[in-house]
Amino acid sequence: MILEGTVWKFGDNVDTDVIIPATYLVTTDYGELGKHCMEGLDPTFSEKVRPGDMIVAGKNFGCGSSREHAPMAIKGAGIACVLAESFARIFFRNAFNMGLTIFEAPNVSEAVQAGDQLSVNQDTGEIMDHTTGKRFLANPIPPFMQGLIEAGGLMSYVLKQRQG
Amino acid sequence: MPQTITEKILAAHAGRESVAPGELVTAQIDMALANDITAPIAIELFEKSQTPSVFDREKIALVPDHFVPNKDIRSATQVQIMRRFAKKYGIKYFFELGQMGIEHVLLPEQGLVLPGDVVVGADSHTCTYGALGAFATGLGSTDIAAAMITGEVWLKVPESMKLTYQGERQAWVTGKDLILYTIGDIGVDGARYKAMEFVGEAIEALSISDRMTMTNMAIEAGAKSGIMAPDQVALDYVRPRSNRSFQSHHSDPDALYEQERVYDVSEIEPQVAFPHLPENARPVSEVGTVPIDQAVIGSCTNGRIEDLRVAAQVLKGRTIARHVRLIVIPATPSIYRQALAEGLLEVFLAAGGIVSPPTCGPCLGGFMGILGPGERAVATTNRNFVGRMGHATSEVYLANPAVAAASAVLGRIGSPEAL
Repeated sequence: MILEGTVWKFGDNVDTDVIIPATYLVTTDYGELGKHCMEGLDPTFSEKVRPGDMIVAGKNFGCGSSREHAPMAIKGAGIACVLAESFARIFFRNAFNMGLTIFEAPNVSEAVQAGDQLSVNQDTGEIMDHTTGKRFLANPIPPFMQGLIEAGGLMSYVLKQRQG
Repeated sequence: MPQTITEKILAAHAGRESVAPGELVTAQIDMALANDITAPIAIELFEKSQTPSVFDREKIALVPDHFVPNKDIRSATQVQIMRRFAKKYGIKYFFELGQMGIEHVLLPEQGLVLPGDVVVGADSHTCTYGALGAFATGLGSTDIAAAMITGEVWLKVPESMKLTYQGERQAWVTGKDLILYTIGDIGVDGARYKAMEFVGEAIEALSISDRMTMTNMAIEAGAKSGIMAPDQVALDYVRPRSNRSFQSHHSDPDALYEQERVYDVSEIEPQVAFPHLPENARPVSEVGTVPIDQAVIGSCTNGRIEDLRVAAQVLKGRTIARHVRLIVIPATPSIYRQALAEGLLEVFLAAGGIVSPPTCGPCLGGFMGILGPGERAVATTNRNFVGRMGHATSEVYLANPAVAAASAVLGRIGSPEAL
């Protein structure tokens, strides 16, 4: 599937406290969490973002807490995909578990600007910046995690294995 | 094949002779942990799966600690979800208010983590337990839901970093300073996906409390886990607390490491990490003039009795600066009682501070000491991200308990030497 959207840019080490401040961790409602997404860095982010938009960031995206509310808030805000130079490991794992599309995409944060129109091929990791005409290739998703996605997530995978 | 302590523990839990970095393994777990923020999501997923029972009702710990005593109706509702689940499935280790403490201080204190264990927790600071020679790592709620069903977790065997600490510590230098210095050296993603293995005579000279402060903050360098070989100090800590048998593992002398670093601790001063990343560590002598509004002494990083003793040593007979708020948070009820018995709480109150019941509270901007716009705190906690303790324009400076206590007296960040 090909995702298309407008880019929102963030820097290195975007932490889970700015993605969703702890004061809002009293709900598991995607929409409500989404209203406060990125509040620590841009208080009006959730008002400006449109469904299908994408986040492009630098290294170590999602560092800090293990809160799954972070990928939930990003999804809840309508973001279709996060591209970063690298991800913190717990966030990386959580994003797959929560069904948020993410790609490690070398050089993208340097070359892509806020407001650029991007398309991302979810199956191949091919990224196209329609504003500049530049193309990129994301790192492949580890095979085991690809298997989790195909099984419909970790819980489905685990339950299928137990039945099998 | 020579192996690290981490590889040996994972191999033992995966039914293997040996494992190598990069391999995926399915490991049996000894404990799965969740708190009042992360458990409700895991519980919802567990219930949805219609699994009749948990894998082992004695290997799950549910600790309401982040927003407890309940800060509002919604946080009370989250704890209700945990309480009902614990009752329904007979979870042995659900900790009600009065027994509950900050999870990563509570579990070791209660003898629920032993050397050689594999522990997974829906909290990033689960890595704390590495100080006892366990493999412990933070995961999200979904992974904990799956673990509660299967008793297993899938893991990529991490590469190990060997961090050696030699020499003798200067006055007022603690485990907090060694770990802040290390994060300052390697950066907040310097150990991403790796196991940080702390070794050397200066580690062996640390108390279990100081060791836990170090492994606790391995996550702040991006690590999957932090670990120390269980020595006599660790065995003396765990043995009176548990009758469960366990196996101690040690790295082979010729084990392979992704990288090795050596630190001379005699050259390390007390450290202060400036906003807004734990890697912004500076020696306290180079802090300059940083006035503070609040000092927080507590958290899973520095809320143990040893931390409170150091803080009281600095504060005894002194009064905090007039415009400063000092909040001291013993991490568990038994630490609270011990501090009371030793007269430490009297010292904090006499100095002009206040003592909170055990809670994560202000560390993550929950409650019990939220910062307003532009306010500045020195804290013995673990993160100083934007807005971590309150308003997005507030600032958190990370330090050890002695520096936090001295700063409360000085009204600015400083060392006990400056008093």
